[in-house]
Amino acid sequence: MSDFQDALSAAFALVAGQDPALAEIVGLSLRVSLMALALAALVGLPLGALLAVARFPGRHLIIVGMNALMGLPPVVAGLVIYLLLSRAGPFGHFGLLFTPSAMVIAQAVLIAPILAALTREVLEGMWEEYREQLHSFGVSSWRAVPTLLRDGRLALVTVLLAGFGRASAEVGAVMVVGGNIEGFTRVMTTAIALETSKGDLPLALGLGMVLMAIVLAVNGAAHLLRERVARMSG
Amino acid sequence: MNAPLRALRSGRRALPAALAALLSPPVAAQRRAIILASTTSTEQTGLFGHILPIFTRQAGIVVRVVALGTGQALDVGRRGDADVVLVHDRAAEERFVAEGFGGPRRPVMYNDFVLVGPADDPAGIGGNADIAFALAQIAAARARFVSRGDRSGTHAAELRLWLAAGVDPARGRGTWYREVGQGMGPALNTAAAQNAYLIADRGSWIAFRNRQGMRVLVEGDRRLLNQYGVMLVSPQRHPHVRAADGQRFVDWITSAEGQGAIAGFRIGGEQLFFPNATEPGA
Amino acid sequence: MRAGSGLLPLQVEGLGFVAGGVPILQDVSFRLEAGPPSVLIGPNGAGKSTLLRLLHGLLPPSGGVIRWALLPAEVARRRQAMVFQRPVMLRRSALANVEYPLRLAGLPGPERRARAQAVLGEFGLGDLAHRPARRLSGGEQQRIALARAAAMDPAMLFLDEPSANLDPAATRAVEEIVTAIAARGTKVLMTTHDLGQARRLAGDILFLHRGRVVEHAPAARFFAAPAAPEAAAFLKGELLW
Repeated sequence: MSDFQDALSAAFALVAGQDPALAEIVGLSLRVSLMALALAALVGLPLGALLAVARFPGRHLIIVGMNALMGLPPVVAGLVIYLLLSRAGPFGHFGLLFTPSAMVIAQAVLIAPILAALTREVLEGMWEEYREQLHSFGVSSWRAVPTLLRDGRLALVTVLLAGFGRASAEVGAVMVVGGNIEGFTRVMTTAIALETSKGDLPLALGLGMVLMAIVLAVNGAAHLLRERVARMSG
Repeated sequence: MNAPLRALRSGRRALPAALAALLSPPVAAQRRAIILASTTSTEQTGLFGHILPIFTRQAGIVVRVVALGTGQALDVGRRGDADVVLVHDRAAEERFVAEGFGGPRRPVMYNDFVLVGPADDPAGIGGNADIAFALAQIAAARARFVSRGDRSGTHAAELRLWLAAGVDPARGRGTWYREVGQGMGPALNTAAAQNAYLIADRGSWIAFRNRQGMRVLVEGDRRLLNQYGVMLVSPQRHPHVRAADGQRFVDWITSAEGQGAIAGFRIGGEQLFFPNATEPGA
Repeated sequence: MRAGSGLLPLQVEGLGFVAGGVPILQDVSFRLEAGPPSVLIGPNGAGKSTLLRLLHGLLPPSGGVIRWALLPAEVARRRQAMVFQRPVMLRRSALANVEYPLRLAGLPGPERRARAQAVLGEFGLGDLAHRPARRLSGGEQQRIALARAAAMDPAMLFLDEPSANLDPAATRAVEEIVTAIAARGTKVLMTTHDLGQARRLAGDILFLHRGRVVEHAPAARFFAAPAAPEAAAFLKGELLW
């Protein structure tokens, strides 16, 4: 039990002490995960919507592939991206390895299939309901995508939160491609891994609590936003 | 936090804003910096946190440390993903230099390895001065032993010591010999949880918090010496290597000033690393 | 005012539809003229909803011809609207629902807002304009759906059981709107299982039984003296299959 008490007081000390290094780590975590989320959403949401409405050859292959990618172990994703971004790899000349950009790419690759698969599931039901009416309006399946994304926005906030949760909780991939460089690519999860391996379990757990608090805050903010939008549009 | 959520709410309008946010470079990206591939023992003890700010203040060069096992760190150097490598496995370092990936190798500092084990010492090796003999006793008692198993400098040193003890630990796999394939910290955590013996570098041991009653049982044997070396990654092999800045770091850490900074790093009054850049043959 | 606008008369010949090897509609032929609403009646499963969907172009016929007076089918479709048994409300305000098809039609923002507001006002729905459409009652949703269709100013409007599951007051409100739409010159073809409603609204009746149009007659004549024995039985309330 004293481990948890130590962790609590470590967490409290971290936050109360307004440690600039902690603020930097938290800031980078949010920045990286939100950028990854935006990047993945740009691809995943339209792709998911398209898969919900369109029927074309190869659709099932894409869905199966997507679902398989959802189970991709982060370390494997990290390793693949490491090899791609390494100086000796095909995209080496961009010099992105061991930078926050590489972490954004890794997280985006990890969560894009999740966003696409969840978006497809959410919008397929809505499309079932809307299909005839939109066809009656003369809207083709493809052109229905923006309408579905707009009208599904409440459910999609939940989808985005799932993506954000996975991105911000992820450690394997960002560790490999970011290198956990202090003050540059160290984020909450890699910091927790580091403190764990240093045997400073209370500090690691304290950092974990801070991470939880942040994820909770983001979810709470998203919840309030949903409420507001829901009141306006039902 | 709101860029994507806003994009969702207001549709197309916020998209350019989100894109712009994505494309804006990371805050610190424009600073003059080198990447140093090094080991968990140097990073996690806090050595770099102590000496690198001194270098950065003087040279205006940020050193970004990627902490890995020695084998991995050298591989990162081979791929050209680091500018400088600072590790502790002399044989592997000399191979790296011979293959033309970097160098020349310069000795930097040393400390030593210690054999750590549970307080009740089931193999009865405490106070032994001969590390080879102690290891042979552990093997004979089939007492649990945790190995890094990750091609790190510590792992290489441990394997050399088993060789000296005349024991092939691989035969204990699945029973008493446990390879965790991870860094020093996780290996220490594992040993603490399993009441096992292990070889650790002294720096990591001193900095380690979660000891659970483990203590140092064998130390001081000259075969336990842990020597660190530093090398610039070859700019001939990898033209993008920041050779001038990297060389500056190599020169600094082997200079009187850098060596003094290393000697000045202490935890609880205890010196963790001993500079020896000028020692011939180190 | 627009008297069919190139759509009417509608000539249907030998129309058939097969789903999964089962014939739903067979050899359906009739002619629709401009004028008061035409009402499709018949027992459940007769194929009424399917026929509406074929005419509106939501389903491809297995055979036969649908011929609009002057316009090819693709162009004719743009002059039509359809309201479904369960109104499909987009997840936005009532006003935005009405505006949605107008935007698709390329109407500029201020103009479509004005038109949507005018139509809602005309049908006594002005108070609901800014309410989330999906929070409205079933009757209100159906009226919004009708207003949305009316705002498109279609030459032809298909209604599939527009007042099924509605209480008498809501049914009356819906019928008033249908009457108003028909009075604007839009040709209405609707299905209903409410014979009273058919009597109140219909100019002519199409009686559909087992996938065939068994009788097509002016409403007054049909209800007074149905020619087909199945129609007579149906009007008497006998079970048909």
